[in-house]
Amino acid sequence: MKKMTGAQAIIKCLQEEGVETIFGFPGGAVIDLYDELLDSDVKHILVRHEQGAVHAADGYAKATGKTGVALLTSGPGATNGVTGIATAYLDSIPMVVLTGQVPRALIGNDAFQEVDIVGITRPCTKHNYLVNDPDELVATLREAFYIASSGRPGPVLVDLPKDVVASMINYPKKKPIQMQTYQPHIKPHPGQIEKACKSIVKAKRPVLYVGGGVILSDSHKELTELAEKLSIPVTMTLMGLGGFPGTHELSMGMLGMHGSYTSNMAVAKCDLLIAVGARFDDRVTGKIDAFAPHADIIHIDVDPSSISKNVAVDIPIVADCKYALSAMNKWFEDYGKLDRTSSREKHAKWLAQVDEWQTKHPLTYHEEGDIIKPQYVVEKLSELTGGDAIISTEVGQNQMWAAQFYKFNKPRRLLTSGGLGTMGYGLPAAIGAKLAFPDATVIDIAGDGSIQMNIQELATAQQWGAPVKVAILNNNYLGMVRQWQELFYDRRYSATIMEVTPDFVELAKAYNAVGLRAKTKSEVVPVIKEALATDKLVIMDFAISREEGVFPMVPAGKATTEMLLV
Amino acid sequence: MKHTISVLLQNKPGALSRVTGLFSGRGFNIESLCVAETQDSKTSCLTLTTRGNDLIIEQITKQLHKLIDVIKVTDISEGEFVEREMVLIRVKAEASTRAEVLRIIDIFRGKVVDVSPTTYAVELTGPETKINAIIDMLSPIGIKEIVRTGTIAMARAPKK
Repeated sequence: MKKMTGAQAIIKCLQEEGVETIFGFPGGAVIDLYDELLDSDVKHILVRHEQGAVHAADGYAKATGKTGVALLTSGPGATNGVTGIATAYLDSIPMVVLTGQVPRALIGNDAFQEVDIVGITRPCTKHNYLVNDPDELVATLREAFYIASSGRPGPVLVDLPKDVVASMINYPKKKPIQMQTYQPHIKPHPGQIEKACKSIVKAKRPVLYVGGGVILSDSHKELTELAEKLSIPVTMTLMGLGGFPGTHELSMGMLGMHGSYTSNMAVAKCDLLIAVGARFDDRVTGKIDAFAPHADIIHIDVDPSSISKNVAVDIPIVADCKYALSAMNKWFEDYGKLDRTSSREKHAKWLAQVDEWQTKHPLTYHEEGDIIKPQYVVEKLSELTGGDAIISTEVGQNQMWAAQFYKFNKPRRLLTSGGLGTMGYGLPAAIGAKLAFPDATVIDIAGDGSIQMNIQELATAQQWGAPVKVAILNNNYLGMVRQWQELFYDRRYSATIMEVTPDFVELAKAYNAVGLRAKTKSEVVPVIKEALATDKLVIMDFAISREEGVFPMVPAGKATTEMLLV
Repeated sequence: MKHTISVLLQNKPGALSRVTGLFSGRGFNIESLCVAETQDSKTSCLTLTTRGNDLIIEQITKQLHKLIDVIKVTDISEGEFVEREMVLIRVKAEASTRAEVLRIIDIFRGKVVDVSPTTYAVELTGPETKINAIIDMLSPIGIKEIVRTGTIAMARAPKK
């Protein structure tokens, strides 16, 4: 064992965990750690606001599947990160957040830049720690990485008092982590798998309802195998998009409040709903009594507390989706009498019904001469990138149009704040993903409102060579709230009109980026092509049809079959 | 329905706060809460009583189990169990009522632990129903102060 400072030990531990890039912002309480970073191989990305650091770590984690790391100073540094942490918590993103803390002797004294960040983040982290004993520092960090990335992933915060980081410690050898109190349930119960498979064999109108768990557990292949083998139509949550190919003939697209007509009808009429890594969120279920009223429900989730939380489940399977889906595929190989052809015959009537819904009410919008429709912009982005770009979104109408009209064929291509709905997420998340995949095309589909929430990160993108493309669907409104006001509040547009908006083209120039603008439909494709052709940071400002709405829409609290259509 | 839930948790700073934060954050209600070290100084046993339908109780136990500091969660009211609570009651005891107060205390096998010219302080242990019963009996005479510990409970050993 070798004596080293706490700061050196932290860096060494990060390297052992395979961390190459971290996102942060310095301050007095973490200055020792920053000093050590200068001499290390760990790449530190200096952001412009701590919220940006945490969202960037989130985007990095989501795109790569690795644990994202953010480093923040004490007090305001830590509190600025809280929105990012809560965002990652709601979307189950593996993340370790290191925060500086005042020296141990000052804790509780209302010292300068002191805040009880462990107390503040207790309800929005998977777990958190205050390191009180320097000898526990390394073990704590290792545990943090283990907890963040295993089971149902989530953010773990480690609060580091300044004197702990400065003290001399022995660096312990790495041992496999054994925790008495934390043992995620990864493998499914064979009896439950059999029950589930038998009910699938019996079902006449089955639907696969796929959530972010499929992407987090990298089980898209197993899912596609199951769906294809059994000819089961698939609907996805916002977080599940890309978990099954969006252009696949069995894909019905997204379900829920702004889901496709087909998805919502299929869920309402199905006799078996197979939920995989999804959590029956209120934006998915609408009025709970009317959700899948005729169906038996199979629910695969690694988190037992997700099961029967909102909707009573008939066959629960507590397991990692990858293990559960593999076990089901294996069961059908060994015992199932179904193959692709026979299952297609068996479900012919049901699949025809799904097709009929699809033909009757496809996802669509009305063209209006040369006025730019936001859906058209997203369609063209999808076409011109071959559906293969990494797309981040902000929150609101831009997010829903991106989810509806970009055809995600692969997992880890959509970065979006699904659970918390955090405006300002998209740009820093895009930067995080671009730094992980420098050769990928990364596009933030934004609104003119939400882009302004973390627009300062344009400087981060420039400083660290992360030339992402920002596509602003600009309607001079906080569009989603405006849409609700239009539909349910008698068009009383309270505080949703953005009377002052910067000139985004000029703003791009101020950051030494490329600014492009399209005011008419015919300008959209040339602008996108120009943006994709350059390797520079680009802002595209699309002046869209101002009062365009997102449809279909299920009004809050209504059954998902009560859709307002285009 | 009332449930008595026993939670074994690691004796770490903030562990209790995680449990209570869970209840307030998710809108579950706690009727009583009692916590202290077990025979192992590294663990604490927390007994809480709460009310809710089966779905809520299932969520409560699952959510508790999800907390990293929690070792074990048992809804002990599901089986046979013993529960005890202790109470200290300061009751008015003037010349005309002193004898009556003592008789009531005696019936409940309580103990007088503090005396003043006009009051008795009573100590009593028992299940919640017994505590409620003595409070009902003493109320008409005049209760000045009540301090209750909240319920602690233990599952009965399996009968062979």
